[in-house]
Amino acid sequence: MRHNGSYSASPRIGLLEWTPWIIGIAAFFLLPEYLSLGARILIFILYALSLDLVVGYAGIVTLGHSAFFGLGAYAAGILSARFGVADPALQLLAAMAACALMGLATGAVILRTRGLTLLMLTLAIASILLEVANKATSVTGGADGLSGIVVAPILGLFRFDLFGKTAYWLCLAVLFVGWWITRRLIYSPFGASLVGIRENHVRMVAIGSPVSRRLLTAYTMSAVLAGVAGALLTQTNQFVGLNVLSFESSGELLVMLILGGVGRIYGAFVGPVVYMIAQDMLAKQFPEYWSLGIGLLLVIIVLFARDGILGIIDRLVALVRKEAR
Amino acid sequence: MSAVLQTRGLCKRFGALTVADNIDFTLEAGARHALIGPNGAGKTTFVNLLTGRLAPSSGSVVLGGEDVTRLSQQDRIRRGLGRTFQINSLFRGLSVVDNVSLAVAERRGVSGRLFRPASQLSEVRDEAMELLRSLGMADDAQVIIANLAYGKQRLVEIAITLAMKPRVLLLDEPAAGVPSIETHRILDVLDSLPVQIGILIIEHDMDLVFRFAKRITILVNGATLLEGTPEEIAADPRVREVYLGERHE
Repeated sequence: MRHNGSYSASPRIGLLEWTPWIIGIAAFFLLPEYLSLGARILIFILYALSLDLVVGYAGIVTLGHSAFFGLGAYAAGILSARFGVADPALQLLAAMAACALMGLATGAVILRTRGLTLLMLTLAIASILLEVANKATSVTGGADGLSGIVVAPILGLFRFDLFGKTAYWLCLAVLFVGWWITRRLIYSPFGASLVGIRENHVRMVAIGSPVSRRLLTAYTMSAVLAGVAGALLTQTNQFVGLNVLSFESSGELLVMLILGGVGRIYGAFVGPVVYMIAQDMLAKQFPEYWSLGIGLLLVIIVLFARDGILGIIDRLVALVRKEAR
Repeated sequence: MSAVLQTRGLCKRFGALTVADNIDFTLEAGARHALIGPNGAGKTTFVNLLTGRLAPSSGSVVLGGEDVTRLSQQDRIRRGLGRTFQINSLFRGLSVVDNVSLAVAERRGVSGRLFRPASQLSEVRDEAMELLRSLGMADDAQVIIANLAYGKQRLVEIAITLAMKPRVLLLDEPAAGVPSIETHRILDVLDSLPVQIGILIIEHDMDLVFRFAKRITILVNGATLLEGTPEEIAADPRVREVYLGERHE
């Protein structure tokens, strides 16, 4: 179930890979009262998918991915609240453009470093953006958050309703497109070279690969995806809070991805689903201690299943096959 | 004969320590040249100066008639300078054929394509397979590197470098860590390499050096002590003193 781009991997979409979409569509009809949670989960899947591209495939460890998620959220929100642009497609495009520029500009500087230094720099960039958003109250609303966001009906047809039906379909559709593009990327020669860089940076340089450019491309693409996820959150909530830029947001995301499994595409699907449903249930049962449950879950995963929930499933499948033989 | 790789007065100093001392070296086209010397003689430093991993304090490196002293590693690779590493430097999580394919794709300039599936570029994989076949490794093509015997990993190391179609091949201890009963396989592969490639081998295994090389250069304390045919080297008393003497007394 590992999805590694390589010159011998078949890019055919397997039957199992359709399950998330079947579940996504079924959930709409079977769980109508959970649509807003559903939309949130879809957004975080897209966000986690963008992180998987850099962490899981390019091997860039970042704790500052919220910079792009938040920038996308604010770009879409500011466009509507301050410039009166209500068209959802334009809002998404604005988020993409802002994140592409930010990804290029920051990536060009920080991707020269590696390891812990890089980790600190990604954190620093997210912190700077958070502080800018906090201080520039006339534009961002500061700590009060950005309100007054209007999102026009999609294509002039589908109005955003109170029950979150439209938002859910929008998130599902955008996630589908994001997934399809990411998957294409991973199976492309570019994706194969990212895996090469992750496996052995020095050797990629030694075979003449333009490693820095490849990393910058991957980083920027990931930034754009994260920005789209952020913009979707803005459109769904019609509000942007400072927390989208926070360190907690980046950290939580990394936890979700590790929980699901890194470098597998579908770890980014499983992680947020498990994390957010567990969070939702635990918060109802133990409003004060829910994070303890999440913490225990993570400790168990890190101690016993470094490759996440999907890794556990892989091993179980291998075991069953062995028994059957 | 023409020189494919040359150094002129190459020096490298780290503070007061001189690790490359005015080295004039010439590698002819199609050469089978060995660089030997006691530990700490500066062999690896010399290779790093050739590949551009280190910048020289003074002197120049000339590749195929072009001064490449100021060029980056990548630029030298593109101009046909290939090297293998003393310690395996492979893509451990990938299969043998995927390892070689990455290098083939870089050389063909198709590795940056964004959307078409990599597996559709069948010419990349075919070339990688062909190369593995020529090295007698076709049976191991699908094996993940981490599961491959060390001696075979050394061969993958060479295969990746060959995939870049170098004019000059620097082999940094190709037999390092390989059990002596298996070094003949390495030697077989070395003997089967295309004759037009100029090969410089850095190696401790004297059997391998004397069977493979047509010319030998001895490096001591960062400077060339002597250069000649294997017979001349073996007969020279100075060599016995600084190098062979340690073993053959």
